[in-house]
Amino acid sequence: MTKAFRLIEDARRHPLVWPLLTLVVIVLVNVFAHPGFGPQGFLHVGVREGHLFGALVDIANRAAPLMLVSLGMTLVIAVRGIDISVGAVVAISAAVAATLIGGTLVIENGAPVYVSKVPMALALLAAVGAAALCGMWNGALVAGLSMQPIIATLILMVAGRGVAQLLTDGQIITVYYPPFFFLGSGFLFGLPFSLYVVAFVLAVLLCLTRFTALQLFIQSVGINPVASRLAGLNARALTFWVYTFCGVCAGIAGLIISSNVKSADGNNAGLLLELDAILAVTLGGTSLAGGRYSLWGSVIGALIIQTLTYTIYSIGVPPEVNLVVKAIVVFAVCLMQSSAFRVMVFRRGSLTGAEV
Amino acid sequence: MKLPANLRINLQRVPMIVTVLLFVLMFGGGTFAYDLSAQVFLNLFIDNAFLMVTAIGMTFVILSGGIDLSVGSVIALTTMISAVLIEHHHWSPLVVIPLVLALGAAFGALMGAVIHYFRLQAFIVTLAGMFLARGLCYLLSIDTITISDPLYTLISQHRIELWGELFISWNVVIALVVIGAAVFIAHYTSFGRNVYAIGGNERSALLMGLPVARTRVLVYTLSGFCSALAGVIFTFYMLSGYGLHAQGMELDAIAAAVIGGTLLSGGAGYMVGTVFGVLILGLIQTLITFDGSLSAWWTKIAIGILLCVFCVLQRVIEHHASADKRGGGKPDKSRLAGDKGGVSRSSPAIVGKMAGKIVENPSAFIAPQSNQA
Repeated sequence: MTKAFRLIEDARRHPLVWPLLTLVVIVLVNVFAHPGFGPQGFLHVGVREGHLFGALVDIANRAAPLMLVSLGMTLVIAVRGIDISVGAVVAISAAVAATLIGGTLVIENGAPVYVSKVPMALALLAAVGAAALCGMWNGALVAGLSMQPIIATLILMVAGRGVAQLLTDGQIITVYYPPFFFLGSGFLFGLPFSLYVVAFVLAVLLCLTRFTALQLFIQSVGINPVASRLAGLNARALTFWVYTFCGVCAGIAGLIISSNVKSADGNNAGLLLELDAILAVTLGGTSLAGGRYSLWGSVIGALIIQTLTYTIYSIGVPPEVNLVVKAIVVFAVCLMQSSAFRVMVFRRGSLTGAEV
Repeated sequence: MKLPANLRINLQRVPMIVTVLLFVLMFGGGTFAYDLSAQVFLNLFIDNAFLMVTAIGMTFVILSGGIDLSVGSVIALTTMISAVLIEHHHWSPLVVIPLVLALGAAFGALMGAVIHYFRLQAFIVTLAGMFLARGLCYLLSIDTITISDPLYTLISQHRIELWGELFISWNVVIALVVIGAAVFIAHYTSFGRNVYAIGGNERSALLMGLPVARTRVLVYTLSGFCSALAGVIFTFYMLSGYGLHAQGMELDAIAAAVIGGTLLSGGAGYMVGTVFGVLILGLIQTLITFDGSLSAWWTKIAIGILLCVFCVLQRVIEHHASADKRGGGKPDKSRLAGDKGGVSRSSPAIVGKMAGKIVENPSAFIAPQSNQA
């Protein structure tokens, strides 16, 4: 009896419980709205053209860019930062890739062949490289000049869209090169290829943080940057590389997004993505005050947001309500994280560890 | 070598002075290159009156060490509520305008209360406020609602003739009144001094017995009110209500405040600086339009570069100021105060700097504080 109780108590305290519960609740709403495993059901997973398809697969595929950006954002928030330029970085990366690949139809020996301007691998590398440069710029401002993160990244957020439009000359650049589309809408072993990209990035991150001291360093810098520095940690270098990594994540997300819509739009690609990413990270249980973070939580947070969007569309509520729902979710999550609120409402917890 | 205190330029004023000089240079250069008339200068006010009012509210929030990301959507919500009430429900503008102003203030007060009493980050709470206000716009209507009310059209189209051919609009008059009121509030009332004090160091403000809670909630109320007023001005300007109005305005307002020399970590800045910040943003737009050969996205890049330059300038000045305090002046007192400050949670160097300033000059606790505290 006590064993079972302790098990429940342990589960209740596990950081991933609340995000998972939220996700389950939203999924249940969908299941009630469209019950069953039939073609109309929410849980339906069929096989079409050799790959899995269904609402769940669709949600996972569409959530892929958000998951990537959230992973980068998680680490940035963990070191007490914030990166509001990710949307602009997505636009830049998409613009670079689309401009370099372009693609033209050439008739070769009577068969139509699509040719890209530069080899695709090179274009993808250039796009991610550009994104990494953006991240380094943010990192240099935050770590090098000790600028406030929100303002340092605000600069790139404003200027980045301009740069993206400069690259695409203010046009929406359409890509005509089928191999590029594989990234965002292709399937591998029956699952969307973008999910493998996310899995790869997540695996790399988990290995890096679990098997090295990186996790400890990140948490240490997040909890107290000054103490970490005094303890001999190179907090600046760590912060710099965390922002760079966030840029790279946003760059890969930009590739997936532009590949999915087969074009690059400097003005609208990744619009408001930074807000969704911050929301996903918060939902996942990462503390905005820094230090405590959860990579899995952010992935679940991204899935929550995408499922929420899907739900709002599918149960026939006007899509405009989405913003109001998101606002309420943010308020609710913030209040739950606030110890002052917990003390006030539940009369427990203490104010000693309160974040200011 | 040091100049006497009354001859030295206050370091905090340097960004603002640079801004004013930059504006004069840019306008002078523009006049030279594109033959700008005096009306172009007045048009800067006419076209940016709403941004000016928003930026003034934002400056108060930033001075107190916070940030308000909801201003753009509060403007949109204001235009939307005004349009719906006037066009669909045929309310009188004389009822609608005070109502939307009160709603804006209440919205700000609510956010301020949540931020202060639940100890949440201003950034995330106002982000939620931004979503909420924008979403409410769409709930009211997703289309543009044109306003054809006679009073609105009259105010919108009326030109106040100055000398010669020059004219301004009523919006400019409202904006100028707001600027005057803001300067008065910031520098001649206890509320204004409290805002500076909280932004400089919340803990010492609290220890000095200043009403931190009331001031913080009031600051966000003021910002909400300013946004609503900007929304009213925007309604006069556009004569319509639309959920997509003023998108990204929060960033323009923050940029204007930063370019105007308001320290982002709070505690230092001037309303006049913000006004010039808005004028510079407007002038960049105007010059790019006048040039004709530059595309619209250069505006964003130029604003980004300008933001960057001013942020770096701020950092350099902060750094210089702290080095100045630590190196020269009265080292003994600084060190003494630094030892006392060691028990605080801030880094000793910063506390030392702060405390040193307070010892030297009791009114200097409003000095800039590094953001790492």
